[in-house]
Amino acid sequence: MNTIATLVKGEIGIISEESLDVIPLKLLEMGCLPGVEVELLQVAPLKDPLYICVNGSHLAIRKEMAEQIKITKN
Amino acid sequence: MENPKPIKVALIGNPNTGKTSLFNQLTGLTQKVGNYPGVTVDKKQGTCKLLNNKTAIITDLPGTYSINPTSVDESIVLTSLLNTTDKDFPDIIVVVADVENLKRNLFLFSQVKDLEIPIILAINMSDQMERKGISLDVETLQKELQTEVVLISSRKNIGINDVKKAIENCAEVSNTHPLCSINHKIDGDYFEKLKEVSSNHTLYELWLMITQNNFPDSLTEEEKKKLLQFTQDVSRVKRYQHKETIHRYQQINQILKRTYLVDRTKAKDLRGKLDRVFTHKIFGYVIFFGVLLLIFQSIFDWSSAPMDFIDAQFANLSEFVTKQMNDGVLRDLITDGIIPGIGGVVIFIPQIAILFLFVAILEETGYMSRVVFLMDKIMRRYGMSGKSVIPLISGTACAIPAVMATRTISGWKERLITILVTPFTTCSARLPVYAILISLVIPDKKFLGYFSLQGFTLLSLYVLGFAIAIISAFILHKLLKVKSTSFFVAEMPNYKLPSIKNVVFDVLEKTKAFVFGAGKIILAISIVLWFLASNGPDSFDNVEKNITKNVLNENLSSDEIQTKIASAKLENSYIGIMGKSIEPAIKPLGYDWKIGIALISSFAAREVFVGTLATIYSVESDDENNSTIKERMRAEVNPETGEKRFDLAVGMSLLIFYAFAMQCMGTLAIVKRETKSWKWPMAQLIGMGILAYVASFITFTIFS
Ligand SMILES: Nc1nc2c(ncn2[C@@H]2O[C@H](COP(=O)(O)OP(=O)(O)OP(=O)(O)O)[C@@H](O)[C@H]2O)c(=O)[nH]1
Ligand SMILES: [Mg+2]
Repeated sequence: MNTIATLVKGEIGIISEESLDVIPLKLLEMGCLPGVEVELLQVAPLKDPLYICVNGSHLAIRKEMAEQIKITKN
Repeated sequence: MENPKPIKVALIGNPNTGKTSLFNQLTGLTQKVGNYPGVTVDKKQGTCKLLNNKTAIITDLPGTYSINPTSVDESIVLTSLLNTTDKDFPDIIVVVADVENLKRNLFLFSQVKDLEIPIILAINMSDQMERKGISLDVETLQKELQTEVVLISSRKNIGINDVKKAIENCAEVSNTHPLCSINHKIDGDYFEKLKEVSSNHTLYELWLMITQNNFPDSLTEEEKKKLLQFTQDVSRVKRYQHKETIHRYQQINQILKRTYLVDRTKAKDLRGKLDRVFTHKIFGYVIFFGVLLLIFQSIFDWSSAPMDFIDAQFANLSEFVTKQMNDGVLRDLITDGIIPGIGGVVIFIPQIAILFLFVAILEETGYMSRVVFLMDKIMRRYGMSGKSVIPLISGTACAIPAVMATRTISGWKERLITILVTPFTTCSARLPVYAILISLVIPDKKFLGYFSLQGFTLLSLYVLGFAIAIISAFILHKLLKVKSTSFFVAEMPNYKLPSIKNVVFDVLEKTKAFVFGAGKIILAISIVLWFLASNGPDSFDNVEKNITKNVLNENLSSDEIQTKIASAKLENSYIGIMGKSIEPAIKPLGYDWKIGIALISSFAAREVFVGTLATIYSVESDDENNSTIKERMRAEVNPETGEKRFDLAVGMSLLIFYAFAMQCMGTLAIVKRETKSWKWPMAQLIGMGILAYVASFITFTIFS
């Protein structure tokens, strides 16, 4: 199963519909929505947090959250 | 004229979109701006002259991504929008959006629009559009959003008058339609029922009251009870919130498709390249440490010339006043107390300004957020968040704004720990104390060719401050049983060249605040100290007679006799008696009663240390030639050993004491305000005090 945490640096995935319930509201509001492309830009030196670009927003999120957000790779 | 009542305008928008920059342009004030989310954490007001002679009261608010808050700074926005009966409730809202990320900015806009308060959309950073390949159809956007849209650049001062005009227009013709009408697409029946609860509030307001559990006074008891019933079904509320979000984004996407275009080929990927360097797993940390080293090296290297200059000027000033004024009490107060006391702070302006300069540049470039990213995992081990790095770094200027800056941390436990340990970071008030002690006890030598030993000692003290902050955080993390859920999302702003104007203003403002704040306290304390040092319970005539009698058969010059009389007088003054009574407690640390007085007065503010010693020593020396504070301190001898008073052991012990002790009323007061209880500031005062005492004792024992 693919999540944001399984992306490699520079890879792009699409957030899957079933993630809707696990994505915290705050993240949804910042543009991290199902059906949207997410790109992993950087991984912090200790593998956590992750630096992503989603819907035009550049965000750092923690790994534990990234692991819950399912994606499909194309 | 016809309408003397000013228009109340609130600035709302995502973090880092330039609200404060616009606020400063409109009001002519200089509030702090910076290139990371969460610079403004409290509301600030200012007045703005509109073009038709009316005035507007502008309120600058903290940035937020949504009306639904997840941290303290964000909840300030919600509170000011829900309380319709409050005297500060805005007549007009200006939503400030960043043109580079319009989609997410419009999300907040759509929420605010649904509150049905007259609204204007100001799209900022228009100067960036060309470089990023962005084109925007303002006409169409205006129609689609049913809102007046102004394109501005608050940095380049473009479109500010258009904002003023829009505020005037909006005050006259206020059209307020909800944009996204949340009800039908989500659940028609549910929202129909909700709407029936109250006719005084819009549907969206009612919905917010439920989701935020925030019931303003404008509700009746009956209405409140009905609303509380809606809150019972938690999972449904949550589901609908999610649906609402998606619904809003869909609508915004539709609108932007017709109005907003980005030509990706034009956008240059500088950000990606810089990110690769600054967040690199090795270089990232190397650069971070290098930056810190550069700052501290510069503080010492660049400032020595201007500092010597200022020092000499104050000595001259004292001499000048001595010559001009008649011999007397007032002259002594001015030349011995006030001038050296103020001089003791003014001399540090160069160092403090350099420190503020670097902090301002770091904040303006966007580098701070990269440090947040680098440090989050590490900080989490110590019970803090990556965002704690910002208070810890800006705490090097002053702990008071740093404690306020913790508001952006959403988990209460992470935030509390950050507040509790922030006072350990070396603030600018410690700098005068450190600098004078270092220059007294550490030799002025270089090692490894370039690094100065004094600079290295200072750097070590800064590192020590951070280290002890981290260690205490770890202990608190294990000890504190506070329940809180932490939630971490940090936006990474784009890199920007610092605006010279912002940086200069920031440095000037902070330096001014430091000098005047400290100046006032020092002035007051110098006067009180001077009075206490030149008066005593016994008549000084007796003291003088005793001394003269005692030294009669010793072979002393009149100068030496004068000195003896002066120190005997000081010992019998009020301050001498007070100092003597606490001497036993501080003797194990290597301090005499004069240093003890300086320690006590430092509890008002640390930077008083130098001024206090200056006052005490100058009362004692009673001489006509005005030497500098440093010379006086260097000349002070320990009567028991005949050696210098400020030797390595005493100097190190004092350095450690000042590094650890909580000697700042201002910080204690702000911690009380932010934690809403006296418990935490008291814990800080006592805990840090014990630590300082024990550590200084150990240091003194090792070095002597
Ligand atoms: N290029 C450009 N930069 C701008 C403009 N307006 C503001 N900035 C910069 O954007 C950054 C953020 O500005 P602030 O005014 O602090 O933003 P804010 O919205 O008050 O931020 P918070 O208080 O954190 O919510 C600063 O570095 C400003 O110099 C603009 O029109 N053009
Ligand atoms: Mg601001």
